[in-house]
Amino acid sequence: MAAPLPRWKLASALIVCGLTGYSAAPPRAADSTSVPYETEGRKSGYLFLTPATRTLQDDEFQNPGAFALERGRDLWDAPDGPDRKSCASCHGDAATAMVGVAARYPVFDAARNGLVNIEMRINAERERMKAAPYAYESDDMLALTTFLTAQSRGMPMTPDIDGPARPLFEQGRAFYEARRGQLDLSCGQCHDDRTGLRLRGDVISQGQVNGFPVYRVSWRGQASRHRIFAWCNTSVRAEPYAAGSPEYLALELFMAWRGRGLPIEAPSIRR
Amino acid sequence: MIWRAVIGSCLLMAAGFVSSPQAQTPATYRIENGEVPAPLTAEPGNPARGRQTVRDMTHVTCLICHALPIPEEPDHGEIGPPLAGIGSRYSAGALRARLMDPKAFNPESIMPAYFRTDGLNRVGAEFRGRTIYTPQQIEDVVAYLLSLKEP
Ligand code: HEC
Ligand code: HEC
Ligand code: HEC
Repeated sequence: MAAPLPRWKLASALIVCGLTGYSAAPPRAADSTSVPYETEGRKSGYLFLTPATRTLQDDEFQNPGAFALERGRDLWDAPDGPDRKSCASCHGDAATAMVGVAARYPVFDAARNGLVNIEMRINAERERMKAAPYAYESDDMLALTTFLTAQSRGMPMTPDIDGPARPLFEQGRAFYEARRGQLDLSCGQCHDDRTGLRLRGDVISQGQVNGFPVYRVSWRGQASRHRIFAWCNTSVRAEPYAAGSPEYLALELFMAWRGRGLPIEAPSIRR
Repeated sequence: MIWRAVIGSCLLMAAGFVSSPQAQTPATYRIENGEVPAPLTAEPGNPARGRQTVRDMTHVTCLICHALPIPEEPDHGEIGPPLAGIGSRYSAGALRARLMDPKAFNPESIMPAYFRTDGLNRVGAEFRGRTIYTPQQIEDVVAYLLSLKEP
């Protein structure tokens, strides 16, 4: 497959298709069974994309997240560690073993007495295989996260916030509501109060996490939930936290609940 | 009447730790009847320089949120009201006060304070103890805004 097309090329490809009456590839099976992009007023970032970018996400041959997906598929099957185990040697076919897993994450893990998201789960499994952990945001981590998450494509996010997760959930909510940075803004002041408005070139979405890991066109690559949290912190001139930090894990749980019912979209695209 | 102490940065300045212009803030300022009547600098504001400053991406450009009569800039924001004609509606003292501390007018405002360092949470290391604008930039931008008269 070729490298992702530059934007002008995509645009012209779309125009040509439009003129010749050729419609993009039919929607994937996952899409026809997907829960809607909007539920009870909660809206996926998908609905804030231009029609051209939506088409790109819907077309599995043009979707730039497909590279990470394929690489993740290879990693699932790749033996590693001294016992030459792969994820597949214990779990078999991800399409059956991993269905619905990402839609429930992050989850409370009693052994750690804390939250675990998909990235941390992957490294815990690599530890089980006695293989070296992946760095957060490394290509391999993003690829396997994309592949695992894609096994829940179209399924609604249903995180469990009760029981021992509850206090962490409340921490995440408090994080979301706190003003921070030299610009003194809370997440909700953009993503609840000013949705749909233009912030310079960007249209502000609800800041939902259901699309992640996303291919961000402006970053030319896959990005994790924690990376966008850090970006949104930095953009109000606040000190970000580390990817995988307890603060961002708590925020991630709150954000998953805030978008409950929205479909897992990976591999997805954002501006 | 609102007093704001910007003591932290003055202490740093006195100790010689901070040499950047951002740190040269007055110890206190006062908003009286919605205005900061006196200019912050001896040098009068320069409207042409102010026009440059409001576009400057490195200084939290007003264009993130406002439309301004600067046609050569793309993508003006629509979060705050358009500022064309603002110089006919506000005095210099009122514009200065709004820039320095918008929350004095509306505690829920999302407009950043361009001249305030206290009352903030987890400011990024490189911005801590610094105001967004220098006193001279405040004056330049006030002069620019005052030049935006209704047709
Ligand atoms: C040696 C066997 C083995 C290998 C290799 C292995 N796993 Fe697992 N995995 C397990 C077992 C057993 C569990 C369930 C036990 C538990 O919940 O702690 C599990 C649980 C999981 C879960 C949690 C599912 C849930 O419902 O929460 C995920 C996700 C997962 N594995 C992914 C992977 C990935 C990705 C790899 C490869 C990097 C991998 N596993 C490699 C044995 C293995
Ligand atoms: C100054 C306004 C602003 C603030 C404050 C802000 N964001 Fe964002 N955020 C944006 C913009 C602009 C984007 C990119 C366009 C979009 O998707 O909304 C974005 C994107 C996102 C996305 C990606 C949405 C998607 O569908 O890909 C998430 C998630 C997000 N923000 C979460 C947060 C969180 C959590 C906070 C608080 C820690 C926060 N944001 C604070 C402006 C803001
Ligand atoms: C993050 C968004 C944001 C930024 C950046 C911003 N503003 Fe504002 N501004 C607002 C909002 C919102 C209002 C409406 C009043 C309020 O809520 O405080 C406002 C109000 C104003 C007003 C009063 C307008 C009126 O008609 O009453 C002036 C003047 C003003 N801003 C000037 C500026 C200037 C000059 C800059 C750049 C130096 C700037 N603003 C940057 C959001 C912003």
